[in-house]
Amino acid sequence: MGSALAGCSSKSSNGNSSKGGESAQDTLIFGRGGDSVGLDPAAVTDGESFKVTKNIFETLVEFGRQDTEIHEGLATKWDVSPDGLTYTFDLREGVKFQDGTDFNADAVVYNFNRWMNGDADKFPYYASMFGGYKGDEGHVIADVKALDKYKVQFTLKRPQAPFLKNLAMSPFAIASPAAIDKYGDKFTENPVGTGPFKFVSWSRNDKVVIEKNKDYWKKGYPKLNKVIFKSIPENSARLNALKNGEIDLADGINPSDADGIKADSNLQLFERPSMNVGYLGFTVTRKPFDNVKVRQALNMAIDRQAIIDAFFGGKGVPAKNPMPPVIGGYDDDIQPYEFNLDKAKQLLAEAGYPDGFEMELWAMPVPRPYMPDGKKIAEAIQSNFAKIGVKAKIVSYEWATYLEKASKGEADAYLLGWTGDNGDADNFLYALLDKDSIGSNNYSYYSNDKLHDILIKAQSEVDEGKRNELYKQAQEIIHEDAPWAPLAHSTPLLAGSAKLKGFYPHPTGSDWLDEASFE
Amino acid sequence: MLQYTMRRILQLIPVLLGMTFIVFMMIRLIPGNPAQVILGQQATKEAVEALTRELGLNHPWYVQFFDYIKGIFQGDLGSSLRTRTPVTEEIWPYLAATLELSVVAMIIAIFVGVNAGIISAWFQNSWFDYLAMILALLGVSIPIFWLGLMEQWTFAINLHWLPTTGRENIRDPIEAITNLYLIDTLLQGRFDQFVEVIKHLILPGLALATIPMAIIARMTRSSMLEVMRSDFIRTARAKGMKMFWVVYKHSLKNAVIPVLTVIGLQMGLLLGGAILTETIFGWPGIGRYIYDAIGFRDYPVIQSGILIVAFIFVMINLIVDLVYAAVDPRIKYN
Repeated sequence: MGSALAGCSSKSSNGNSSKGGESAQDTLIFGRGGDSVGLDPAAVTDGESFKVTKNIFETLVEFGRQDTEIHEGLATKWDVSPDGLTYTFDLREGVKFQDGTDFNADAVVYNFNRWMNGDADKFPYYASMFGGYKGDEGHVIADVKALDKYKVQFTLKRPQAPFLKNLAMSPFAIASPAAIDKYGDKFTENPVGTGPFKFVSWSRNDKVVIEKNKDYWKKGYPKLNKVIFKSIPENSARLNALKNGEIDLADGINPSDADGIKADSNLQLFERPSMNVGYLGFTVTRKPFDNVKVRQALNMAIDRQAIIDAFFGGKGVPAKNPMPPVIGGYDDDIQPYEFNLDKAKQLLAEAGYPDGFEMELWAMPVPRPYMPDGKKIAEAIQSNFAKIGVKAKIVSYEWATYLEKASKGEADAYLLGWTGDNGDADNFLYALLDKDSIGSNNYSYYSNDKLHDILIKAQSEVDEGKRNELYKQAQEIIHEDAPWAPLAHSTPLLAGSAKLKGFYPHPTGSDWLDEASFE
Repeated sequence: MLQYTMRRILQLIPVLLGMTFIVFMMIRLIPGNPAQVILGQQATKEAVEALTRELGLNHPWYVQFFDYIKGIFQGDLGSSLRTRTPVTEEIWPYLAATLELSVVAMIIAIFVGVNAGIISAWFQNSWFDYLAMILALLGVSIPIFWLGLMEQWTFAINLHWLPTTGRENIRDPIEAITNLYLIDTLLQGRFDQFVEVIKHLILPGLALATIPMAIIARMTRSSMLEVMRSDFIRTARAKGMKMFWVVYKHSLKNAVIPVLTVIGLQMGLLLGGAILTETIFGWPGIGRYIYDAIGFRDYPVIQSGILIVAFIFVMINLIVDLVYAAVDPRIKYN
């Protein structure tokens, strides 16, 4: 493998190819923080894997360029029965997988059967999105069948409002059945889809190479000939590599580097539309956080704007809800807890803590887009809390330990965040704050039956307007109960060569590169 | 000598076994379930439980340990929990990358360190001596992390002389044969790529060489000073022997034993200590392989990775001990 590449690369050592005398760069080097875990999107859960697979595979329906609206993908048209139980898709004709086999209704059925006959170990995302596997009580999909060569029908057991959004997620991209049969367990190292780029090679911890799919159905795309995903774990080193022209695009840019990048005429700054929330969670089963007034008081004691200015480089907005404003159903009428130390003190006194109390404040040890510097943010909150007499001791653990201990409810209050998977409110509110999620992502151990009823009802409400109304009610309850102090919705940053055009960062964190090219 | 060598090799077995046990237990004491870490924050409880079972992590520790040891004797170091690939299949490219970097760093460290030490000793209390020893002091105290970023900033970003990351020009990937790129590019007659590989080696090589270079320089200097004060050197000089020969033939040969010890130790440390350099320079080596594995609680990779590094470390020490005997006939092994 690779001999063909080495053979031609001696002529064009910088990835340029000459066309009629003028040379245009046609290889994009995408520098990122980590390597992919696997390249079978159905079998992985990490963002670094999806960054690659999004360009190799396609889904039946797709998100918009920079939002999570639903558009046609491998399906050109779909009908939903009035009861929300039957979805019929017309598939795009003449599409081929990168191994030359045909894409058709049988391929779709094959993929869904593969997932639903699997288990949590093989296809971990499937159950989270479709309520389990074949035979499980909660499993949403009753049946998937091919009506003819290019028509496929899904029958659901109960309506699922985010169904189309789920189908648009990277893990549910359609893979070549022939390749799955051929490679078996090794499919994750030999991915074959219908996307604009086909897989070439992968050196673990180092780079993934994909190249133009010459038979791609969308004529004229992709514009690039080759894309190389290169892992450079350290943020500053990655930016250095970009400045030195070794890579063309870098994600995970520190907010503090933004001004320097803007000032550099060789570079440009990209802002990824925000679909996250960074928050301070209270474990509501622990004293004194079981007292709603205490939680409200702490909410009032945090100067969110100051934190965003200082540690997000201004790239973010203060949060008042557990989900960002881009998500359908966001309740903008909620009045945020104002930053008011007097009121906070008064509330603490009402709760029986006129002199404050001592607590542990857990700081995330790793930077994440929703929390650029956990320690510094914790220190800012610590000094805010000190002003109302609450003495917070900052505690931190190594990341895996942190998550495990926090998930067991061992923290008084912990910094954490969440980036949405599918752009749906359910993926924030139910996943993070419903009582069903205690033990998985509800680290606050917050449980409210009224909220639970609303969230469950919203899951099967197909009328968008009614559904959004339910989510607004949910946000009011959460606001009142204050299991968290929502802090910010950040804007993750990327930087690229000034010559790069047609790159649109996607809120989900994985980007299409089919329109990208160089001037 | 042969008997001594055999005895030393046999002694390695309990050492490595004991170490395997300690590492095995230690990584299991860190909180954090590998299944949870692998699946990530988003995973459901069921998924985590299923993966825990699948990975055999629900068995008692002694069953897991026994299986692991049994595997080692069959040449099986276990499979990565994360990638499901056998460690023996995965590890070579990383090891090769680290070996190449370490050897280059060691060559720089020995060449510069030994010569700086000799010159300092010869011109004791000269400006060169003072400068070299100040630099050596800085060398042991500078954090590699900071040094690496400064190197990048100076030689890559501002001067554009050298690349900042990786082992190769990413736009012109090297076809791996042995995974030692200096050799691979020569085998393929790609001298342009060979030059690229050298360019990529310079900055991380220097960063990694700094500490051993400083230690070797100081050790060589003091060892040389001692030897040069001895009678036979005075005699040699009195006989009118050329300075160069006095230093490089008579003095160095006698000063080399403690220097060799330091070099041996430093080589071992280099392998383990490459993590920072590898992180800053995006070098896909064994240090980063193990470091990433720790983040993912990838037990087989952590324990086998450390085992291999430890094995190399004790082998280097063994070789150093054997080399003593070769250079100094006064050392006897009984």
